[in-house]
Amino acid sequence: MPEVRSVLAAVPTGLLVAGAAVAGPGPIADPAVGWDRLWEEMLIDITVIGLVFAAVAAWFMWRYRRRDRAEGDPPRLSATAAVGWAVIPAFVFMADDFYLAAKGWELWKVYRTVPEGALEVRLDSAMWSWNYTYPNGAVTVNELRVPAGRPVLLRMTSRDVVHSHFIPDFRVKEDSMPGRITYLWFYPKEPGEHVVTCAEYCGLLHSRMAGKVIVMAPDAFEAWYRAAGQKAAAEAASGGEEV
Amino acid sequence: MGATLRSWLFTTDHKRVGILYLIGSLAAFAIAGVMAMLMRIELTNIGPDITDNPQDYNVWLYFHGAAMILGFQIPALTGFLANYCVPLMIGARDVAFPRLNALSVWLFWAGIVLALATFVIPDPPDVMWTGYPPYATMTWGNTAFYSFTVLLLGFSSILGGVNFLTTVAYMRAPGMGWNQLNVFVWSIVVAFIIQLIFVPVLGTAVTMLLFDKYLGTTFFQPANGGDVLIYQNLFWFYSHPAVYVILLPFLGITYEIVATFARNRVFNYKMVVYGGFGGVLLLAGEVWVHHLYTAGVPDWLRVGQMVTTLLISVPVGLLMIGLVGTLYRGSIEYRTPMLYALGVLFFFLIGGLTGIPNAIASLDLHLQDTYFIPGHFHYVMAVAGTFAIFGAVYYLFPKMTGRMYRERTGKLGFWLTFIGMNLVFMPMMIAGIEGMPRRYYDYAQFPQVEGMQQLMTVGAFVILAGALVTLWNWLHGALRGEPAPANPWGSRSLEWTAAPSPPPPGNFPVPPRLEPGWSPYAYGERA
Repeated sequence: MPEVRSVLAAVPTGLLVAGAAVAGPGPIADPAVGWDRLWEEMLIDITVIGLVFAAVAAWFMWRYRRRDRAEGDPPRLSATAAVGWAVIPAFVFMADDFYLAAKGWELWKVYRTVPEGALEVRLDSAMWSWNYTYPNGAVTVNELRVPAGRPVLLRMTSRDVVHSHFIPDFRVKEDSMPGRITYLWFYPKEPGEHVVTCAEYCGLLHSRMAGKVIVMAPDAFEAWYRAAGQKAAAEAASGGEEV
Repeated sequence: MGATLRSWLFTTDHKRVGILYLIGSLAAFAIAGVMAMLMRIELTNIGPDITDNPQDYNVWLYFHGAAMILGFQIPALTGFLANYCVPLMIGARDVAFPRLNALSVWLFWAGIVLALATFVIPDPPDVMWTGYPPYATMTWGNTAFYSFTVLLLGFSSILGGVNFLTTVAYMRAPGMGWNQLNVFVWSIVVAFIIQLIFVPVLGTAVTMLLFDKYLGTTFFQPANGGDVLIYQNLFWFYSHPAVYVILLPFLGITYEIVATFARNRVFNYKMVVYGGFGGVLLLAGEVWVHHLYTAGVPDWLRVGQMVTTLLISVPVGLLMIGLVGTLYRGSIEYRTPMLYALGVLFFFLIGGLTGIPNAIASLDLHLQDTYFIPGHFHYVMAVAGTFAIFGAVYYLFPKMTGRMYRERTGKLGFWLTFIGMNLVFMPMMIAGIEGMPRRYYDYAQFPQVEGMQQLMTVGAFVILAGALVTLWNWLHGALRGEPAPANPWGSRSLEWTAAPSPPPPGNFPVPPRLEPGWSPYAYGERA
C-alpha cells in the first residue's frame, strides 16, 4: 500500500532516535504504575457508592416488607424537597464525575506524552502477526526486544484489517489500522518477558495473534541490536543485487 | 385451527402483535442462548474442546451478539412490551396505526428468519454484531446477511417509533396529562425518540458497508481514499444510544413492577421522567467516542467524551434513587416479578458502577476489548435487561393469558438464573482485569484465567437450568394455570383496573374515565 508509506514518511521525525543510546535516568512517569494507582482509587470510589446504594436498598427491602399494612404510605414530597432530591444528588454525582475526569485526564497525559529519548519502533500489524522494524533496519516478527530502563514508542499501522496491540503487563493498548498512524508507549524497567496479544477482532486466528515483549539488559540488547541491524543491512544489500 | 392461525398472523390487535413480538424475540433469545452455551463449552479448557475450527466459534459469537441485541432485547422491549402495555396503560383501544404495526412485526419476523439463515448459508457472517471494516468487507463470510438483517430490524423499529409516538401523543384517555403517564410509557416515548434520531445513521453505515463489499465503493478503504474510522464513528453514533433504547424501557417496566409490588408511588416522578429519562436523552448522542478510546482518534475528542460519558452517571443515578426511593415506606410483597425487578436493581447497580472505570479514557486503555467489557455490559444491559423482560413476562402473565403461573417454580427459576449470571459475569470481569481479551476462541497465552473460564462454564449451565424451569413454568401456566382475576396484583394502573384478563379486542368494555388527579400510582390514599 503506497499510501501508507507516504503517510509514514510524512510523520515528523523529531522523535526518531539515532542508534540505541540508553536515556539517562530522568523522572519518567510510568503509565502502568499510574494505572494501578488510579484503578485502586476507582475501586474504592465505586465500592463506596455501591455499598451505600445496596445498604439503603437492603434496609428498605427488609423494613418495608409486607406486614400489617396492605398499602404503602409514602410521604408527599413538597416542591422544594422534590427539586432538592434531583439537584443535590445531581451535584454530588457531578462532583465525583469531575474529580474522576481530572484524575483520568492527568493519567491520560502521561499515556499520550512520549518521554524524550524513547526507542522508536515501527509496527506493521497483519493477519495474524506483529512485524516490528527498528531504526537501524532490524526486523522482528512477534518478538519486540527492548532494553530495560528506556521508554519504547511504537508507531503503528496495519497492512490489512484493524488490530490492537495490547500488552497487559504494561496496561496499554492502541489500535493499528490501515491508512492511519497511531502510537503507544510503555516503560520497561526490568528484564523479563511480557505477553503481547491482539485486542481487536481480526478474523480466524484473532486469538492466536500473540507475541512477546522481551525486555533485555541494556548490554545484551545493544549486542543483539547491532547484530540484527547488520543482518538486516546484509539482507537488504543481497536483496538489492537480486533485483 | 387454520382460522385461528390466520387470525394471529394477520392480526392488527396491539396485544396479539405484542405477543407475536414476544414469541419471535424469545426464539431469538433461545437460539442466541444456545450459541452462548456452545461458546462457554468451547472455552472451558485451553485448546479445542468441541470444535477445532475458530471460524465456528466466530459465527456463534456473531450470532449471539447480533441476535441478543437486535433480535431479542430491542424487540422484546420496544416491540412486545411497548405493544402490549402502552395502549392499555394510556387507556387507548389500540395503537394509532394498527396496520403499520402489523407491518412492523412482519418485518421483525423477516429479520429473524434472515438472521437464522446464518445456519444454512455456506459462508455465514462472522463480523461480530459490530461489523467493523475492513474485516467485514474482506471476509469470506456473507456480510450482506448482516447488513440486511440490521436494515430490516431497523426499519421495523422506525415504523414502531412513528406509531408509538403518535399513539401516546394523541390517544391518551380523556383527562390523562403527560405527568400522569406510567413511567414505562415515558420510557417508551424517549426510547423511540432515540430510535428515530439514530437508527438512520446505523442504516447508512451498514449500507455503505454493503456497497464497499459488493459494489466496489471505497468509503472505508484507505487505499482508495476512504477511512476505516468513519464506520466505527457511524456505528457507535447509533449503537451507543441503542443501549439506552434497551435501558430506558427495561428500567421503565422495572419501575412498574416495583411500584405495584411495593404498593407505592414512584418516588419523585418528575425527577425520574425529566431528570432521568430526559437527561439520558440529552446525553445519548454525545458519548459514542468512548467505544473508540483506543482507536487513535484525536485526544481532545477522547478526553471531551470522557467527561460526557461520566456525566451519564447523573441521570442514571437519579433513576437509581427513584427506584430505591419507591421502596421507601412501601408494603413490599415478594412475588416472582418483584424478585426479577430487584434483580434488575442489583445487576444494574454493579453494571453501572463498573461502567465508570470504562468511562475513564486512561483506565480504558487497559480494559478496552478485554473480558471486563462484556462482563460490564452483560451486567448493566444484557442481564439486567433480560431480568426485566422475564420479570415483565411474569408480571403480565395473568393479563396476557388469563391464567396464573406457579409461584414456587417461578422463584426457583429466578434464583437459578440469578446465581448463574453472577457465576458467569463476575469471573468474566476479573479475567478482563487480568488482560484476557474478548472474542477469543482460545487463550493459550492466558493460562491464569482457565479456572475462571471453567467457573463461567458451570455458571452457564446453572443459567440454562433456570431458563428451562422458567420456560416450563410459562408453558404450563399458559395451558394449565389457575384462572387469573383481572387485577391479581392490586395495581392502580389502567391495564389492571379497567380491562379484564385477557383484554378483548378494543381493550376496555367501558372506555376509562379518569378522575381529576388520577395517577397510576395512587397507593396509600383514601380516594
